[in-house]
Amino acid sequence: MKEIKCECGHVNPNGTVLCESCGKVLDEKQQQPILDMRYEGTARRSQTYKRTIIDKIWNFFSSVKVGVALIIITLIVSALGTIFPQEKHLSLTVPAEIYYKERYGWFGKVYYALGFHDLYGSLWYELLIASIGVSLVICSLDRAIPLYRALKKQKPKKHVSFLKRQRLFAETDLHDADEKDTFNLLKERLVNKRYRIMEDGENLLAEKGRFSRWGPYVNHIGLIIVLIGVMLRSVPGFYVDEWMMIKEGETKTIPGTDKQYYLTNHQFLIETYDENDNEAYKEALENQGAIVKNYQSNVTLYKASESLPGEEPKLTKLKDYEIRVNEPLTFDGFSIYQMTYKNELKSMTFGLMEKDTNEIFGQVTIDLDGPKRIYDLGNGYQVEILSYFPDFEFSNGEPSTKSGDPNNPAFAFKMITPDKRDGELSFTSIQQTIEPFGENKYKMVFQGADTVYYSGLTVRKNETLWILALGGTIFLIGVIQGSFWYHRRIWVKVVDNRFYIAGHTNKNWFGFQKEIDEIVDGTGLPFLIDQSKKSREKVNEG
Amino acid sequence: MVEVSSHFLLASFIIFLFAILFFGGAIRQKGLENRKGNGKRVSGKLGFLLTIIGFLSQLGYFITRWIAGGHAPVSNMFEFATFFSMMLVLGFLIFYYLYRSAVLGLFTLSVTVIIIAYGSMFPKEITPLIPALQSIWLKIHVMTTAAGQGILAISFVAALIYLIKNVNQSGITKSRFWLETVMYIVVVSIGFVLISFTFSAIDYKAQFEWMNKDGFQETYTYYLPAIAGPNEGVLLTEGRMEPLFELPANFNAKKVNTVVWSFLIGTILYGLFRLITRKRLAHVIRPLVKNIDDNLLDEISYRSVLIGFPIFTLGALIFGMIWARDAWSRVWAWDPKEVWALITWLFYAAFLHLRLSKGWHGEKSAWLAVIGFAIIMFNLIFVNLVIAGLHSYASP
Ligand code: HEM
Repeated sequence: MKEIKCECGHVNPNGTVLCESCGKVLDEKQQQPILDMRYEGTARRSQTYKRTIIDKIWNFFSSVKVGVALIIITLIVSALGTIFPQEKHLSLTVPAEIYYKERYGWFGKVYYALGFHDLYGSLWYELLIASIGVSLVICSLDRAIPLYRALKKQKPKKHVSFLKRQRLFAETDLHDADEKDTFNLLKERLVNKRYRIMEDGENLLAEKGRFSRWGPYVNHIGLIIVLIGVMLRSVPGFYVDEWMMIKEGETKTIPGTDKQYYLTNHQFLIETYDENDNEAYKEALENQGAIVKNYQSNVTLYKASESLPGEEPKLTKLKDYEIRVNEPLTFDGFSIYQMTYKNELKSMTFGLMEKDTNEIFGQVTIDLDGPKRIYDLGNGYQVEILSYFPDFEFSNGEPSTKSGDPNNPAFAFKMITPDKRDGELSFTSIQQTIEPFGENKYKMVFQGADTVYYSGLTVRKNETLWILALGGTIFLIGVIQGSFWYHRRIWVKVVDNRFYIAGHTNKNWFGFQKEIDEIVDGTGLPFLIDQSKKSREKVNEG
Repeated sequence: MVEVSSHFLLASFIIFLFAILFFGGAIRQKGLENRKGNGKRVSGKLGFLLTIIGFLSQLGYFITRWIAGGHAPVSNMFEFATFFSMMLVLGFLIFYYLYRSAVLGLFTLSVTVIIIAYGSMFPKEITPLIPALQSIWLKIHVMTTAAGQGILAISFVAALIYLIKNVNQSGITKSRFWLETVMYIVVVSIGFVLISFTFSAIDYKAQFEWMNKDGFQETYTYYLPAIAGPNEGVLLTEGRMEPLFELPANFNAKKVNTVVWSFLIGTILYGLFRLITRKRLAHVIRPLVKNIDDNLLDEISYRSVLIGFPIFTLGALIFGMIWARDAWSRVWAWDPKEVWALITWLFYAAFLHLRLSKGWHGEKSAWLAVIGFAIIMFNLIFVNLVIAGLHSYASP
């Protein structure tokens, strides 16, 4: 590795632009009137090595231009993903391809074809985010290490050319006598403004807020931790996302817990607001109708003890809880959330009626979960259920059931009465009654139904949350560190009765100049001039 | 209590109008607003004092409404817009404390007044909270986000002043065109306020029966005369204007109609202005800002992003995720509102990087600040349009 030795005797690594020690320009190509101080003119790998493939990849990702381009692409693509709803937010009954085409026309078709219907879970979106992550790591390493070296090694004694080519600069001649006084007065004022002072003879470096320079790197580390947390989600065991529909009165194993936990749902509740809650709501309730106040499942959580296969597990009660929206039940890293509900038929009641007289000879209440075969009504009256279709439909001319849920129950009844000993057949569903063997004397009339609530609960375990929290916290600390404080430096140098003073800040020059003005004011030194303005004016003239 | 609260809001509105006058007066006095001579003028000091009183009055509105409704008033469009305006004033107070710029006061309060008026055009009733919104994290999330956005908006205001001052008005340039477009949009939002205010003052209501996209009959109440009518709409109220054209069912006809009206009135206002002054709006305002230092504006614009960005991150992303974990069971659901918060965040990250690494200062950085604010406003209005999605709790 080629090293560069400066006049002042300091040996700098290959690629260094400004001497780490005295600040003299080493790379003579750098001839602009104001020095580029961004990374202290240190040797950055990306600016020094450009030959091998690894160099090229490194240089690609270490470029902020590339980083910003990746951010902007992600931003635009993410925005496109919000034009139409994402597939996973719709509960589709038809294939997504058809849905997008029919609902949104040709544009919907293109949208689907390009994969925007499931953008955020798609591989190329993930790759985009991942490349931002790679860029972050490389970019930070490329800059942080040399910057750290440079700031650590900096000396108060700088080359005059270094001071002259700072953005804020002033020089003047002083007499021997004032020289010491001015120097000391300046020093005192700098200390009052809470600058740290380093001195070497008649060279002085006043510095504050250096730690803010690490802000960006700290915040990038935070972001990387967040990205790692997001990736860990796909590792088994870190993330559980399950779903259960549980009926009032039912006890079920909680999915995702390896049959270790059981839940009983005692009751599901919906409450709505009324004026007694607050008279200020009156207007809104009139305008908007009913507004829901609470969704709640009253549950009991159990832990199952070890049991042999096939044996019923023994349940130990852990706790009673009222699960509400925003108040999940939590245990052992799991959380159970109130998400939805449904209301379903539980039982139906029919009366056995003689059609001519409308007289009723008894009632049967059928539990839709498990109907009995025979209901004896006494006095020779009896109803038999020949078949039961919980979710009735005709398919190919045959009665059948779509599902096991009692959405549309239908029954084939056999009604046995003292005068019809062989029984009459009737097929009864909610919409209609069919009498397959001709006109009957009796019929089953619908008299009422009971319903039951199901609570729709999400079961989730997310072992990556603490990683996200840690990353988020570090990110915030880094951003605040880098943006609420600034790195300000003032160099003073006296050579042969000539007094030089120069200033640099990494941001907010206006405030910095104001601060230096206050420091310099009344010391007999001239105010510092913003040389970037001068050079801009020169350009304008020329 | 609700009444007291709206009096407070009205009072702050009027106080801000006066503050604008005083800041305007401060600008007319000679002398450059730069790093030496500012903050000493009486008129500017009075403007600042009035702004503080106006802010306290807004605070009064906020607290009394909170007491009346029993929950933090940040749960509908009216409440959010007024809270946002309050945060904008807070942002200004911070930056006035740091830089003592009267010009900044003039422009920030003008934007504030428009936003208060804008928010007041939405239903003001206190709505009880649906279960998903009953969380302390929701309040913390919304309030912190609005604070972040309010401070970020200062960056827009400073950038706008920078552009008005520096964009060349004599040549035909892209920046002249876009700056004037921004001014035009401001006039359109004033148009929205004027037209909504006028028709609500005469209590205009027109009912329509129409066919929604699923083929069901629905009724709509228009509060503005219908230029754009709903799909197969039938006017039910007598003596009201028949729509000039009808929109397909998948449009929200009522909102489109409001937009059409705002542009119509805004365009007329803007056209009249151009006819009378024979100059571009930015050109007319320009003399007001000629005394302010460019570097000062640039620094205010940058610094408000530096301060606003972490607050926005904390509020929108971090608190948002904490709340979503309680309410929706997941920290991140790719809900459009969330995605737009992410977009805003990414955009300001890009802003900071461009400034640091490519040295985008001055005009370029000012344009970025304008775009950033446009994204925030889009999100605010977008959220309003899709917020119905949140209410349909029962269907997952
Ligand atoms: C969404 C992702 C990112 C966020 C939120 C982020 C955030 C930040 C913030 C807040 C700063 C400080 C800015 C300031 O103080 O003005 C910063 C600085 C920086 N970022 Fe990022 N960043 C992201 C991605 C990247 C990427 C992909 C790269 C690499 C190409 C990168 C490279 C840098 C560099 C080089 C600095 C300046 C360091 C310095 O000069 O001191 N950032 N970043």
